[in-house]
Amino acid sequence: MSAATGAPPRRPQIDAARLPPRELLAVSIQGLRTRRLRAALSALGIAIGIGAMVAVVGVSSSSQAKLLATIDALGTNLLTVSPGQSFLGNSEVLPATSVPMIGHMANVDSDVAVYGVSTATVLRTPYVPSEQTGGISVDAAGDNLPQVVGTTLASGHFLDAVSARYPEVVLGAQAASILQITHVGGHLMVYLGDTWFSVIGILKPVVLDSTLDSTVFISQPVAQRMFGVQPNPTEIYVRANQNRVIAVANLLAATADPQNASAVDVNRPSNVLKARAAAKGQFTTLLLGLGAVALLVGAIGIANIMVISVLERRAEIGLRRALGATRRHISSQFLTESALLAAIGGITGLLFGAIATLVYAFSKSQPFVVPTWALIAAPVAGFVIGAVAGLYPAAKAARLSPTEALRS
Amino acid sequence: MSVSLNDPSATADGDRVALALHEVVKEYPGGVRALAGVSVVIEDRDRVAVLGPSGSGKTTLLTILGTLERATSGDVHVAGCDVGRSSDSELAGLRAHDIGFVFQTFHLQDSMTAVDNVATGMLYTGASGRTRRAAARAALERVGLGHRLDHRPPQLSGGERQRVAIARALAKRPVIILADEPTGNLDSKSGAEVVSLLHELAADGATLVLITHDPTIAATFERRVQMRDGEIVADERA
Repeated sequence: MSAATGAPPRRPQIDAARLPPRELLAVSIQGLRTRRLRAALSALGIAIGIGAMVAVVGVSSSSQAKLLATIDALGTNLLTVSPGQSFLGNSEVLPATSVPMIGHMANVDSDVAVYGVSTATVLRTPYVPSEQTGGISVDAAGDNLPQVVGTTLASGHFLDAVSARYPEVVLGAQAASILQITHVGGHLMVYLGDTWFSVIGILKPVVLDSTLDSTVFISQPVAQRMFGVQPNPTEIYVRANQNRVIAVANLLAATADPQNASAVDVNRPSNVLKARAAAKGQFTTLLLGLGAVALLVGAIGIANIMVISVLERRAEIGLRRALGATRRHISSQFLTESALLAAIGGITGLLFGAIATLVYAFSKSQPFVVPTWALIAAPVAGFVIGAVAGLYPAAKAARLSPTEALRS
Repeated sequence: MSVSLNDPSATADGDRVALALHEVVKEYPGGVRALAGVSVVIEDRDRVAVLGPSGSGKTTLLTILGTLERATSGDVHVAGCDVGRSSDSELAGLRAHDIGFVFQTFHLQDSMTAVDNVATGMLYTGASGRTRRAAARAALERVGLGHRLDHRPPQLSGGERQRVAIARALAKRPVIILADEPTGNLDSKSGAEVVSLLHELAADGATLVLITHDPTIAATFERRVQMRDGEIVADERA
């Protein structure tokens, strides 16, 4: 009997080869476990990439969190009232009545007015040419300015009742450093206008309004008497009731200048600073790009390792095909291995990045912040990168002829 | 063991057919003609030894019978399935459920225990891990390796490794067992043991096709097919 006498009919139903997802996962894990060192090294590539990106995001988030915490600590209820510009671009003037009007407003906890003394310059000695002001401006201010703007004295004390009668001056933090005065003591004087003023205090930096740092402050009565300053404030700082900040802000312009409310600018410095802090985060894009390059290199490393793995495991692939694996089962296995490898890399990278952030935040005494989205994005990104990197090797494995593979 | 051949694929004398080749030609790229028109019918529960010098097309015949390769031309029927008209995944299903392979080089995974190696033989049937391991244990007991369940291949002798490989082919209770020089890497004593084990297992109700170049092993088979230059030159029954 050497020839078929009439071909047997095709069997109606063949039981399909099946590989449930759980088994696929187990097979893939087994595949990685048999090559631990290599798996670890190729996952490291992804870990470094993801780690770099998480660290960049974490460090900038932590810095931001500290800045925002500082702003919050200083209070988000500070409002500033300043003269705006007219339609033709001329500077407007706040009426003198604006200060008492605002002081009488409901929900205003405290306020202080500042008056620019534009005619005066401050110099260390009269021998310094009067043009070399170093950008320091002179303001007259109420004696509660530090409390209202949220700062304290680095040295000495602020303007008081004595300052209203005698030439005394308090320096902003940056002004002090420009004048090279580090602390108050002895008979320290600066030459302000045409008079020697005693330096009685130096302020700490004002986070909410850094323009005050390059300013020196004298009392309003002295400013009026010696420099003829008008009682029109150049800026009014207002602390509103924390729960009524918006309401107060909406009323401030009309209260300051009922006749010309549109000529009044009202600002909330904490908002500006928060926006600036958020914008600062954008500078990390470049660093994230570098992380992405590391990630790309890691992905190529994984693809490379998987291609080598396919070549080395030809016999295993052939055996699996003989045992009933479809091409799809083979490609799924290699794809899963590659994706798992990179997902492990992603999780490890997340840990690396978090540790780097923790160390940085600790050294700068900042709060430790890794954004929540990064916790999910890091392993997911790893998984996706691994899957993409595994596409070619997986297809290569599936195309392998089972007999060729078994002979090798 | 129940045979899953439920169709009336019968020859003239009424036996059911496990494997049928008609005018099968297999050519490889480069013009190598491994099979030059082979026709053979192997009935269910037949035990056939395929003999021949190397390069005679024995292994190619086996890979075509095992649906690992498709014929260049001719008809191939395996366990009632027309291979030429079946998809890759249908053939994979056939291999997963109905065909057990035994190779000369065992193809065991050194990192896995004997039980896990054998359980892998049923991986693509979709059976649960527990079912597969239970079947694997039973199969290892059956081949006399009940005491070696948790040993890994490097801890086993050649004969034991081949018995693990046989258990792997056997665990899913295939209707067809295809063995490619299973004694090629064994000493004659282990080789004889392995062959008698295969006979014993096939007697449970499977078709056995075994490739060998050893006439003493071939002599234990009731049917012997002799190949040369890609053709069957003799087909004799004891």
